[in-house]
Order: sequence, then C-alpha cells, then structure tokens
Amino acid sequence: MDLITLAFYFFAALTLVFGGVVVFSKNIMHAAFSLLFTFFGVAGLYVLLQADFLAITQIMIYIGGILVLIIFGVMLTTRITGVDVKSGASGRIQITVAGIVSAALAVLLIYVSLTTVWPQSPVAEAGSTVTAIGNTMLTKYILAFEAASMLLLIAIVGAAFIARKK
Amino acid sequence: MEIGLTHYLVISALLFTLGLFGIVSRKHSIMVLMGLELILNAANINFIAFAKFGGMNIDGHIAAIFVIILAAAEAAVALAILLNIYQHFRHVNMDEVDSLKE
Repeated sequence: MDLITLAFYFFAALTLVFGGVVVFSKNIMHAAFSLLFTFFGVAGLYVLLQADFLAITQIMIYIGGILVLIIFGVMLTTRITGVDVKSGASGRIQITVAGIVSAALAVLLIYVSLTTVWPQSPVAEAGSTVTAIGNTMLTKYILAFEAASMLLLIAIVGAAFIARKK
Repeated sequence: MEIGLTHYLVISALLFTLGLFGIVSRKHSIMVLMGLELILNAANINFIAFAKFGGMNIDGHIAAIFVIILAAAEAAVALAILLNIYQHFRHVNMDEVDSLKE
C-alpha cells in the first residue's frame, strides 16, 4: 500500500466520518464544527485528484466563507445558553422512512458506480491547472463568468437588504 | 488495489446520501443548509473525478468552480432569510414556519 492510497483512505474516512457527525449530531454547534473537517477532507480529495486550484478554492470559500457564515447563523438564531441548542430531529417515523430511503439510494448509487463501465482516457500527467483554468474561463466560458459575477453582486446586495433591521 | 474512478464515485454517493438524510430528517433550517452543502460537495467530487479520469479535462474543474460560486451566493441569501424568520417567529423550525404574511 503506497502513500497515495493511504492518503486517499485517510481523507475519505475524514470526509465520511465527520459528514456522519454533521448529520447525526444532537448539538448544532458540533455539527457546524464537524462540517469544517468534512470540507477539509474534500479539499484533500481534490489534491489527490490533481485539482490544486480547486483545493485552495475549497479551503478559502467553503471553510473561510460559507462555514463562518453558517456558524454566525447558528449563533444568531439559537439561544446558545438555553435548551434549544438541539438541532431538532423530526419524529421517529419520519427518521425511519428517511433512513430507509437514503440507505436504499446509497446502495443503488454504489451499485451503479461499481457495475457501469465508465469511458476513461489515460490519465495525463498535468502540472498546475491554474493556467488552463484561467485560459478556459476567459475564453470559452466568458459569458458564464460575467453572469456569475453579476449573480454574486446581486446576492450580496439582496442579502444585505433582506437581513437589515426594519 | 489502485485508487480508481469508482473509489471517488462511492465516496461521493455516500456523502450525497448523508446530506439527503440530513435534509429530510431535521427540523432546524441551518441543519438543512448543512445537508445541502454536503450534497454540493458530493457533486463536486464527481465533477473533478470525472475530469481527472477523462484525461485531465479542464471543463469539469470549471463546472466545480461555478458550483462553489452558487453555493456561496445561496448560503448568504439563505442565512439572510433565516435571520428575518428568526426575528419574526423566534425560532427557525422548518415545519412551524407556515404563514406567508403577518
């Protein structure tokens, strides 16, 4: 077992175990902090897939942005000192049905990914992907790029407008 | 055993179902948002795994970047809406927020 394989199983375990903690934890703060390790594990998987730019983006935007936003949301909408830090599970029947459906979907998806013969090309040894991403983004995907920048501007203005005190 | 495409697909499938279970089994809106983030991450793992094993195709990376951009915008707007719901109802339980105007 070489180092890459070992690193893959480490990051995979990190992602799935803390993903499980996010979903099954009773305390919403524990869930929010476990999300950090899940995002970090996914960033590690990106590195193993030779996506260096995506790994850094994942750490900067997900961990530095979205996670902080979620923790702020938890703190502003829950009385931390009170009793309702609970993450609010639904009734027993709903959880049972949801668990059965999710497990069935998991089995189905894994079965499909294991049995399908995916068309694959030989893996090219690429260096850094940053140049390629920049070139593609500003030539082939220039319209989507501009649309995304407009969307972010509108989302910022809209979020600030919605969240202000009346 | 060499780490291949199917390894990443299995991890992505498990992460997706975890997120789905989180979305449908919780009442707290922020838990639903966290489940959504798990699902988006699972989709991104798929995009990048197919990009690598399809011969380092850069289009998959671009799709993943746009998913991350949309996730950031969605999280900001969703939390702004949640703050408003909290100011009005004093809780953010999804199944008790059932009126559109005061």
